[in-house]
Amino acid sequence: MGHRAWFDRGRPIGGAPGARLVRAGRGEWRAIAEDFAAAGARLLALWGQGGEAGEPTVFAAYDAAHGLLIAALGCGAGDDSSSEYPGLQDLFPFAARMQRAVRDLVGLRASAMDPRPWLRHGDGGDYPFVRVAGDGVHEIPVGPVHAGIIEPGHFRFSVVGEKVLRLEQRLGYAHKDIERRFREFDALEGHRLAARVSGDSAVAYAWAYCQALEGASKHEIPPRAAWLRALALELERIENHLGDLGALGNDAGFAFGLTQFSRLKEQVLRASETALGQRYLLDAVAPGGMRVDLSRSGAAVLADTVTAVAAESIELRSIYDEHAGLRDRFAGAGTVTPELAARLGLTGLAGRASGQAQDLRIDRPWAPYDRLGPAKCGATGGDVAARVEQRFEELAESCRLVGRILEGLPAGESIAPPPACEDGFGVGLVEGWRGPVLVALSIGEAGRIRFCHPHDPSWQNWPVLEHAIIGNIVPDFPLINKSFNLSYSGHDL
Amino acid sequence: MLKTLQKIRRVGCVSEPPPAASAAAAAREREALQGRILEILGRALCIRVVDAGSCNACELEINALGNPIYNIEGLGVRFVASPRHADLLLVTGPVTRNMREALLRTYEATPDPKLVVAVGDCAATGGVFGESGESLGRISNVIPVDATIAGCPPSPTRLLAGLLTVIEAARGA
Ligand code: SF4
Repeated sequence: MGHRAWFDRGRPIGGAPGARLVRAGRGEWRAIAEDFAAAGARLLALWGQGGEAGEPTVFAAYDAAHGLLIAALGCGAGDDSSSEYPGLQDLFPFAARMQRAVRDLVGLRASAMDPRPWLRHGDGGDYPFVRVAGDGVHEIPVGPVHAGIIEPGHFRFSVVGEKVLRLEQRLGYAHKDIERRFREFDALEGHRLAARVSGDSAVAYAWAYCQALEGASKHEIPPRAAWLRALALELERIENHLGDLGALGNDAGFAFGLTQFSRLKEQVLRASETALGQRYLLDAVAPGGMRVDLSRSGAAVLADTVTAVAAESIELRSIYDEHAGLRDRFAGAGTVTPELAARLGLTGLAGRASGQAQDLRIDRPWAPYDRLGPAKCGATGGDVAARVEQRFEELAESCRLVGRILEGLPAGESIAPPPACEDGFGVGLVEGWRGPVLVALSIGEAGRIRFCHPHDPSWQNWPVLEHAIIGNIVPDFPLINKSFNLSYSGHDL
Repeated sequence: MLKTLQKIRRVGCVSEPPPAASAAAAAREREALQGRILEILGRALCIRVVDAGSCNACELEINALGNPIYNIEGLGVRFVASPRHADLLLVTGPVTRNMREALLRTYEATPDPKLVVAVGDCAATGGVFGESGESLGRISNVIPVDATIAGCPPSPTRLLAGLLTVIEAARGA
């Protein structure tokens, strides 16, 4: 059965355009994965729903050329309860960690899975890291508390001299049991929590959540609301890229870069506060639209700021390009070839810098991106230099998009609150600055959240970082790590 | 290099005076504050940041303190890489169960006298994540806290004002 046939069998679901849900029989779960892998489709997310929300079920979301398919496999309370569902880690390597998370969070086991806990560390016992044997090999443990102002995580390097032979990550330190917490919220309030799954991607998450909610309640938002959400999403992309470009310069010994880019970022944050009421837009996107509207004067402030930032970024880019010290540190560091990226499923910004030319805003445009026509940027170098270039390109494109949005912003309402929804399912999918953010939402009695799974693209990319560092030297790790800038909180749930 | 220097010259000095903690303190200026920090400690104030499980937006605003507009280093405040060199722990997030031990160890490794400031609504109250088996809620559920700075996330201005209040109170004590 070709992968298209699964779409035909599925039923349409609300939220992301073209999304369908198919209930898989036990033998079909693997067949679906094989068909989609053969078609070159991406696995976007894999998650489990525990018995408290109905039959225990495992879900997989696939992104293929003509739509988003969600496969659901009931793991029944009956005879099957003690059995395993078929693992997908051989087809999609990054599924391994998601399956470990499913076991930690809801107790469902995949076949042939890594027995070690992932998100739930439990109370004791040493975590069995994989040892590298050999002459002169020693281990360097780092974290979970780091030297800089960053999130918690543990890295175990096996090195010879300064050269990294192997990196093993241990994550989960920021695990707050967000899926469980969602179930304590009304669906009409859940966007507040969604925005805080990974604060640097608040708009992407809140939008994906609201898309799922509005899809589940078959509710249309006003055109102006969609355009304002895109404005917020592009501002979020601009802020993160500016922050990363400064930090990457700094990590390569060019403090000037940090000074300049952090100043530009601050200007955008202040313009955002003036125009939309918050520096970081954690509370801007709400069910039905936007909690804030944009005034004429606010629009002017944003337009001026972003125009200035775009011009200065071009100037700074040429300084970065010509700086021999930066070129030297960036080129060839942390390389992920397009072949490796494809095999491991590298996604989002980092994927596009390694030849994985996917961007949901273009490939599967939702309103208003169907009208905005963003240009796709991409590179194939796959090293730190390519990820820096990628940020410069996307920064320039997002500044252009902000200009287009401000010019073309439709008049009308900026919010039309949806009715309370009882019993519904929807999925939201948004290309955040880091990559695709997916939210699956199931609404139950009295408009309460029955189940909600937020998926961060860092799930796909963290394992690739383990490969990217091999053969590099330990002192280059902070730079290489920063060039991916993955989320701990978003991953740790 | 020339371009870099030209850029530095054109941008000039963009640092702003730090915010006042209260209306009564409105007249406080950058140098006076720096002078007071030096007077209290006899040297720079060393801060160690611990993310005990935040959503990462609190870190974004703490990082912003280092940008040339807030220029926290210019105020005599330094972020240090080891708790052993720290006078003050700035802790974010609700404490996750998985971070409990690391937070306790960091606290114990910080020499006395030490100050602990809980940054953000999560650190102050548990915030949007509340308390559960995995999210242990506010920082003071795990280590003693001297002060909290509210906000989700608190802006750099609020952070500076909060830090100033804490330092002044410590001097008064
Ligand atoms: S206070 Fe707000 S910004 Fe800070 S960690 Fe909590 S949710 Fe994130």
